[in-house]
Amino acid sequence: MKFKWVVLSSIFTIFTLLTGCEPLMVLDPKGPQAKTQADDIILSIILMSVIVIVVFAMLVYMLIKFRASKQSKDYEPPHIKGSLLVEAVCVGIPVLIVIFLSVMSVKSNYEVESTPKGYENKKPLIIYASSSNWKWHFSYPEENIETVNYLYIPTDRPIEFKLYSYGPITSFWIPQLGGQKYAMSDMVNTLHLAADVPGEFMGRNANFSGKGFAENTFNVEAMPKDEFEEWVEEVKETAKPLTEEKFDELLKPGHLGQSTYTGTHLGFMPPPEGEHGGHNHSSNDSEKASANDSNESETEAHQNH
Amino acid sequence: MDFFSRFAVPHPSPAIYASMVAIGLTVIAVIAGLTYFKKWGYLWREWLTTVDHKRIGIMYLISALIMLFRGGADAIMMRAQLAVPENKLLDAQHYNEIFSTHGVVMIIFMAMPFIMALMNFVVPLQIGARDVAFPRLNALSFWLFFAGAMLLNISFVVGGSPDAGWTSYFPLAGNEFSESVGTNYYMFALQISGLGTLMTGINMITTILKMRAPGMTMMKMPMFTWSSLVANIIIVFAFPVLTVALLMGTMDRLFATNFFTTSNGGMDMLWANLFWVWGHPEVYILILPAFGIYSEIISTFSKRNLYGYKSMVGSMVIISLLSFLVWTHHFFTMGQGALTNSIFSITTMAIAVPTGVKIFNWLFTLWKGKIVITTPMLYSILFLPTFTIGGVTGVMLAMSAADYQYHNTMFLVAHFHMVIIPGVVFAMLAGLTYYWPKMFGFMLNEKIGKIAAWVISISTLVAFMPMFFSGLDGQARRMYTYSESTGFGIWNMISFIGAFGMAIGFALIVYNIYYSTRYASRDIGSDPWDARSLEWATHNPVPEYNFAIIPQVESSEGLWDAKKKGHVLFKGDYEKIHMPNNSGVPFIMGAIFFAWGFSFVFGLWIPGILTTIGIFVCMALRSFEKDHGRYISVKEIEETETKMRGAK
Ligand code: HEM
Ligand SMILES: [Cu+2]
Ligand SMILES: [Cu+2]
Repeated sequence: MKFKWVVLSSIFTIFTLLTGCEPLMVLDPKGPQAKTQADDIILSIILMSVIVIVVFAMLVYMLIKFRASKQSKDYEPPHIKGSLLVEAVCVGIPVLIVIFLSVMSVKSNYEVESTPKGYENKKPLIIYASSSNWKWHFSYPEENIETVNYLYIPTDRPIEFKLYSYGPITSFWIPQLGGQKYAMSDMVNTLHLAADVPGEFMGRNANFSGKGFAENTFNVEAMPKDEFEEWVEEVKETAKPLTEEKFDELLKPGHLGQSTYTGTHLGFMPPPEGEHGGHNHSSNDSEKASANDSNESETEAHQNH
Repeated sequence: MDFFSRFAVPHPSPAIYASMVAIGLTVIAVIAGLTYFKKWGYLWREWLTTVDHKRIGIMYLISALIMLFRGGADAIMMRAQLAVPENKLLDAQHYNEIFSTHGVVMIIFMAMPFIMALMNFVVPLQIGARDVAFPRLNALSFWLFFAGAMLLNISFVVGGSPDAGWTSYFPLAGNEFSESVGTNYYMFALQISGLGTLMTGINMITTILKMRAPGMTMMKMPMFTWSSLVANIIIVFAFPVLTVALLMGTMDRLFATNFFTTSNGGMDMLWANLFWVWGHPEVYILILPAFGIYSEIISTFSKRNLYGYKSMVGSMVIISLLSFLVWTHHFFTMGQGALTNSIFSITTMAIAVPTGVKIFNWLFTLWKGKIVITTPMLYSILFLPTFTIGGVTGVMLAMSAADYQYHNTMFLVAHFHMVIIPGVVFAMLAGLTYYWPKMFGFMLNEKIGKIAAWVISISTLVAFMPMFFSGLDGQARRMYTYSESTGFGIWNMISFIGAFGMAIGFALIVYNIYYSTRYASRDIGSDPWDARSLEWATHNPVPEYNFAIIPQVESSEGLWDAKKKGHVLFKGDYEKIHMPNNSGVPFIMGAIFFAWGFSFVFGLWIPGILTTIGIFVCMALRSFEKDHGRYISVKEIEETETKMRGAK
C-alpha cells in the first residue's frame, strides 16, 4: 500500500500549495476520528476525479470527432438502439465504485461512532457540551467544573462529548478533531473524539441557530495530561461556584466571553437524558456506549418508553 | 392588538424603504400604462382568464424569470456581504432573511415554475393533444402558485421575511425563536403554491396517460414527456407530505400546538424528517424534466436518435423510487447512529448509478452524430462536465462519516449549486432558447445567446468552486460574517466575482430577449431547428387548437420519420374542434387565496374566515356551472391554417 501513500501525500501537497501555506482545516487532522474522515475524503476525491476526467475526455473526443463542420454534407447519422455490452460497462463500473465506497463508508461510520482507534483501553473523559443562544457550556462531571465558550482537553485520552441544547438545534464541530453532531433540546447525543497532539483548535456551532450564529464559536486547547490536571486544580482553587441563578443568567440569549466555574449545572438542571429525555431515537451503539457509563441512564429510558 | 405590534416595518433599513418606494412606483406605472393604452380588457380576456396551456406556460415562464432576478439580487447581496471579512453591509438579521428568501424563491418560485412553464407548454404539443386534461384546473394551479409567490415576496416590506432558512428547522422556526411573522409567510406561501403544484401533478399525469395521439404507446413517448410523467408522479407522492408538515408547523405557530416545539413532547426531528421526505424528492422533481430537456436537445443537435431510450426511461423510474429512500442523508449528524447512516449512505450512492447511465447515454448520443452547436446545445454541452462535478461531490457527501465534516459547510452549498445550476438552470435556459420560436414565433439571437451561455457557465465555476475549499477549511454555511484570521477572505472574494459574472450573464439574456424582439426575423417556418418530435409539426407560434388534425405517429420521433421516411402525420379532413371557455374563477380564487394567506399570517381571524368561505363559494359555484365550452368551426380552422401557412 506504499503507492496509496505516495498518491495521498502528493494530493495533500497539491492542496497545501493551493491554499497558500496552511492546509485546509479538515484535511489537517489532529486526532484519529478526523484522520479517518480526512483519509476518506482524499480517497474519494481521487476516485471522483477519475470519473470527472473520463467524462470530460469522452465529451471532448465526441465533440472533436463528430462536429458537423468536420463531416461531409451528405453524412447521415445512423439510428443506433444501444448495445448491451456498452450499457453493462456503464452500469458495471459505477456499481463497483459504489460498492467500494459503500464498504468504506460503512466501515468509517462505525469507526467514528465508537471509541477512537488506539484509545480503546483508556477510560474516556466525559464532557457535557450544551449550547444556549449563542454560547457553549462545557461541564466536566468527573472534575466537577464548568466552562463557558472554551474547552480544555487532555491529549491521549478519548473524550466522550454529551451534546444537547437549550433552544434551537445546534451542531457541535471541531473540524481538526472530527466531524460534527447535532445538539438538540430533547435528547443527548454522544460524540467520540480524541486529540493526538497538543494544540489550539477552532470549535463552533455549525447549524444555523439565529442572529448570533456566526459568532457562536469556542476555543479548544488540547494539552498533555499533567497540564490538564494542573488546570483543573487551578480552576478548583480560583473559580467561583456555579449557582442556579448564575446559570439562568448565562442562559439568556446573547454573547459572552469565556468564564470558568466550580461545580456543574448538571445537578440542578439535568440534561435531557434518561427520565429527563423528551424522546429517544438514539442508536444501538450510543446505547452500548451509555450502558458502559456509570452516570448514564439512557437504557432505563428505553424501558420507560 | 397583537396584529399591530407585528405589523411594523420589519427591518428599518434604507434598502427596504427604497424597495417599498420602488414597488409603489412600479405598481403605479403599470396601472397607468394599462389604462393609458386601454389594455385592461385585453389583459383580462387574453391572459388573466385564459385556460390555454400555452399561455399558462408563458405566464409561468415570465413569473419564473422575474423570480430569478429577485433570487439573484439576494444572491448578489449575500456574496457582497461575504466578499471581505467583517463586512458591515448587512447585519445578521438582514442576512438571515436574505438567505432564507433566496432559498425559497429559487427553489419554489423560480425553478418550479420554470419546469412548470416548459411542461405546460411542451407536453401537450409533444403528445399531439389539444390541451391538458383539465384546462381550468391548470389555470387554478397557476394562480395558486402566483398567489403563493406574491405572498412571500411582500413579506420583506410587510411584517418581515422568513429568517430560519429555506429548511425552516424547528424549534428555531417556532414562535419562541422566530418572533416575526416571517415564518408564517413561509408556511402559507409554500402551502398555497404547493396545493397548485399537487393539482398540476394530477393534471399532467392524466394528460400524459389519457391524451396521447394515436399510435403513441408509452414506449414511444418523447423523452421530455417521459421525464414529466415521472416528475409528476413524484409530485403526487411527495407534496402531500409537505402539505401536512406545513399544516403542523402552522398549527404550532398560530394555535400553540406542540408538534415540533420541544416543550410538551414535540419532536424537532419530526420536522426535519417530514421536510426532507418531501425535500429530497423535490430536487428530482426539478432535475428529471431538466434531463428530459437535455435529451431532446442533445438528440436534435446531434441529428441522431437518443442513445439507449429504454435505459433512459428505466433509470428515471429507478431514480424516482430511490429518491424516496434517501432523505436521512440530510441529517446524518442527528445521532441516529452508524447502522441507519450506513443504510442511507448506500441508498444515496446507489442513485449515482442510474444518473451515470444517463450521462453516458448522452455522451453516446453524440457518438457518430453530426453535432451542430447552437445555443441550446452549448448549454447542454457545458452542462455535462459541470454537472458531473456537482454529481461526484454528491457521492462524496453520501459517505456518512465524511459528511460529518461536510455537513452545514460551504462544501455542501458548492455541491448543490453545482448540481442545481447546470442541472436545472442551464436546462431551463436551454429550453427557453429552444422553445422560444414555438412560443413567440421568432428566434433569439444566437451570438448573444452563446456569449451568455459561456459567461454564465464560467462564472458558475468561479462562483462555486472556491466554496469547496472554504468548506473544507471550516467555513460553515449561513454565517453572515467571519473574521480576518479565518483566512476565508480570498475564497469568498473569488466567489463574489463569479456571482457578479453570473449577473452579467443573466443581464445578457434579458438584452437578448429585447434585441431579438426588436430585430429578429419573423419568417422562420415551423421547424427552425430541424427537430424530431411532434411539437415542431405545427405552426410557429402555435394556434389555439395546437393541431388542426390530430397527428398519428409510429415512433417517439414522429416528425423526423415524417421528414425522412415519408410517414404521414396528419390524415383526414378538418373537423370542428371543441375548446374550453375562458374563466375568471381561477384568477379570482388565486386572489382570494392570497388574501386568505395574508389574513392568517397576521392572525386576522375575521378576514380569515370570510376568505375561507369565499374559497368554498367559488368551488360550489363551479359545481353548479353549466359551461360546455365552444366549437371552432371548420371554416375558422381553414382560415387560420391558410393565414399561418402564408406567414411562413
Ligand atoms: C445566481 C447565482 C447564485 C448565487 C451567487 C448563490 C449564492 C448563494 C449563497 C451565498 C447562499 C447562502 C449560503 C449560506 O450562507 O448558507 C445560497 C444558498 C442557497 N441557494 Fe443559492 N445562489 C445562486 C443561485 C441559486 C439557484 C439557481 C438556486 C436554486 C435553484 C439556489 C438555491 C439555494 C438554496 C436552496 C440555498 C440554501 C438557503 C438556505 O441556506 O436556507 N441558489 N446561495
Ligand atoms: Cu433527537
Ligand atoms: Cu437529498
